[in-house]
Amino acid sequence: MKRRSFLKISLLTTGALLVVVGCSRRSMPEHIESESWVANLYVRINADGTVAIVSKNPEAGQGVKTAFPMVVAECLDIDWSKVSVEQAPLDDRYGRQVIGGSRGTPDGWDDLRVAGTAARHLLVAAAASEWGVAPGECTTENGVVIHTASARERRYETLLELAAGMPVPAVEELELKSRPKDFKLLGTFVPGVDNPKIVTGQPLFGCDTRLDGMLYAVYEKCSTFGGKVKSANVEQIRGLPGITHAFVVEGTEDLTGLLPGVAIVAETWWEAESARKKLIVEWDAHHKDATADYDRQAEVLKDEDGDTLRHDGNVDAALAAAGKVVEASYYYPFVSHANMEPQNCTAWYHDDGRLELWAPSQNPRAGRELVAETLRMPEGNIHVNLTRIGGGFGRRLINDFMVEAAWIAREVGRPVQVQWTREDDMRHDFYRPAAWHHFRAGIDGDGRMVAFDHQFVTFGRDGRPVSGAGLSPGHYPAGLVPNFRLRQSIIETNVPTGPWRSPGHSAYCWAYQSFFDEVALAAGRDQLEFRLDLLSRSYGDPPLDLERTSRTLRIAAEKAGWGQRELGPNRGLGMAFHFDHGGFVSHVAEVVAHGSGVKVAKVFSAVDIGPVINMSGAKSQVEGAVCDALSTAQLEITFANGAAQQGNFDDYGLLRISQAPEVEVHFIQSDNRPSGLGEPPFAPATPAIANAIFAATGQRIRELPMGRAGITV
Amino acid sequence: MRTVTLKINGQSRAVDVAPDMPLLWALRDKLDLVGTKYSCGIGVCGACTVLVNGAPIRSCTTPAIAMAGAEITTIEGLDPNGNHPVQRAWIQEDVAQCGYCQGGQVLTAAALLARNPDPSDDDIDAAMSGVLCRCGTYPRIRKAIKRAAGTGGAQ
Repeated sequence: MKRRSFLKISLLTTGALLVVVGCSRRSMPEHIESESWVANLYVRINADGTVAIVSKNPEAGQGVKTAFPMVVAECLDIDWSKVSVEQAPLDDRYGRQVIGGSRGTPDGWDDLRVAGTAARHLLVAAAASEWGVAPGECTTENGVVIHTASARERRYETLLELAAGMPVPAVEELELKSRPKDFKLLGTFVPGVDNPKIVTGQPLFGCDTRLDGMLYAVYEKCSTFGGKVKSANVEQIRGLPGITHAFVVEGTEDLTGLLPGVAIVAETWWEAESARKKLIVEWDAHHKDATADYDRQAEVLKDEDGDTLRHDGNVDAALAAAGKVVEASYYYPFVSHANMEPQNCTAWYHDDGRLELWAPSQNPRAGRELVAETLRMPEGNIHVNLTRIGGGFGRRLINDFMVEAAWIAREVGRPVQVQWTREDDMRHDFYRPAAWHHFRAGIDGDGRMVAFDHQFVTFGRDGRPVSGAGLSPGHYPAGLVPNFRLRQSIIETNVPTGPWRSPGHSAYCWAYQSFFDEVALAAGRDQLEFRLDLLSRSYGDPPLDLERTSRTLRIAAEKAGWGQRELGPNRGLGMAFHFDHGGFVSHVAEVVAHGSGVKVAKVFSAVDIGPVINMSGAKSQVEGAVCDALSTAQLEITFANGAAQQGNFDDYGLLRISQAPEVEVHFIQSDNRPSGLGEPPFAPATPAIANAIFAATGQRIRELPMGRAGITV
Repeated sequence: MRTVTLKINGQSRAVDVAPDMPLLWALRDKLDLVGTKYSCGIGVCGACTVLVNGAPIRSCTTPAIAMAGAEITTIEGLDPNGNHPVQRAWIQEDVAQCGYCQGGQVLTAAALLARNPDPSDDDIDAAMSGVLCRCGTYPRIRKAIKRAAGTGGAQ
């Protein structure tokens, strides 16, 4: 077999998303040696019948490393057991390589299907030309091209050389599978491709990177946000056991970039961290942000009008005319991402000016840009390897750890791994911002919510909401009530904030959906019937797909036996619906009250994200989001003197298995394009649980964490 | 620095460590056994769990020198081929999301089943409550333990 012919470069596209070319050496180092056909950027078929499929996006537990190759395999029509998955590095030819916005699946859907379908097309064309028949007369089945009329078949691996010589189709010629009824592999339960390595402890994660001659670093930053180094006893530190380097990094003004600090580098991480305990830094720090002060400001702003972001109808008149007005205020605190793998990055600045990074980043391209800009080096000299990520949730969209590693590595001239402590991680997070929601609702004689007045007190800098602190004026219940007003006031903050799993939604959905419960009860209506009625009409453009949302609500309620079964004492159901990031999710939670607290016994979930790609991964995202929501509702980060007051899991205690509910997930599979699922199930979980706690105990939770109301789960 | 001989996964390994160096860092930085994970460093999350004479301990707060002579099992050594019933159940139930805490979960579950082959839900909660998972894989951990125990876990 001639290797050259198998490496033939195919140009597939006509301006479509996918550019199919020979694979880079970096992404597929083996292909130079092996007898294989590199069909395109994603697919390599080996002569032994195995198929390597590249997963382009980073994997942080959202399941793409399994789901993406499944899409390719479905369209290529191969046996999944023959597939091995290779993680792509950062490579511009793959386009977007980001974990964020639940966009992986919807954005990758076309490319992945084209990659699999195009490779299959060439294999069919190869067999057809060999047999002298029309390609349209051929079918495929699990890696075999079949011509039924003449009872001939060829395995894909016997067609590689021929396929490499076939004319490449235009994307428009390809018929892409899109409907659940056409899928064989998609929609089935497929365990994650990295499972065997995970359960045997093989290196996968960023912090597992080990390189010859590698050093380990810790990086001390000012606990008060924005603090700069005035002086540090680095000479003394350099003399401590195992220490190879200790130096001050001036850093930049960019709070999401290279913060000022002191780097300590050693032969082992423990030596670096031990030396750090003797580090004395004089900081230049000014900020005094404090939770107590925020609370005082919020109390004042509560009674001020703020900026009107939207006003439909006439809220004041409608409230005055309403038969009943319900009023309530909700508050949620700042929270941390608390990834189980603390931030880290490994970097190697080579003598020739090339920089290589091993980065557990959700947005490695942005990280490369940040590194290039900060180190003033060309991006082309930076190669980023994507490691598995021990939890993202938005934290790793910001690449401060990458630029720290890059900077320190250039100073050191040897491979170096920067590993944050848990305390570094929790005190230098980009937190989900707190907020206050003051609601008033007017109910008419028919029990309908005819007015909704919303005073939103949030956090900002220079008068504009900081990252994660904004609220869209178009968000429901805007558009679902005839009279709607949203007003916003801002508290200035120096605390770094950022995207946190379903930014915004993950917090304010709880406030909205809890308040809807209050309104429904005040109107004397069943909470399900009230919500379905709310979703039955819109004023102007509907803020969400009313039919798809209602369907999830009806199904979750039906599965939970809403109104259909006797719950017994101290037991209650609560519900919530939501739409974000393309996904429609409703949950009904079942809570049992006992002497010392409550137990969330079970959550019934109904989810519409279009077709499900991996049933296992999809269910897992819903189960996990429910647990994560319950966990987060027990947690808060507070500030004093411009610094976070929590630092580890002893004062920021994540949910434990004994507190975790059973989760029963139902998917409504439709022919719509698929949406992602990392985010949508989170937001409605918190209010469903809180509403169930009310049903079980009579206690309405209007502040988070739930402990503020004396609730323990 | 002191030299300590550690018996890890059936092999004796001599390592030079500072007297206060936790076993975790001896494993990760001296022996390149990176399956044992750092997460909290104060013994509250369980990501660093290893088995010592069959019982789960926190390697992040246990000095390496204190472990001389003990039988240490890390996640790499439970069954390197992944054929331990707990490992198989973890794969079949597809427990892991990010996977970072799962080494500690698997070892803790293996230790539970070694002393209690048929654990109840309460037994599972009691044994597993010290190992934290941010992704929320707890429902599947329960199912996987039951599958490994032969008492359930069908999808």
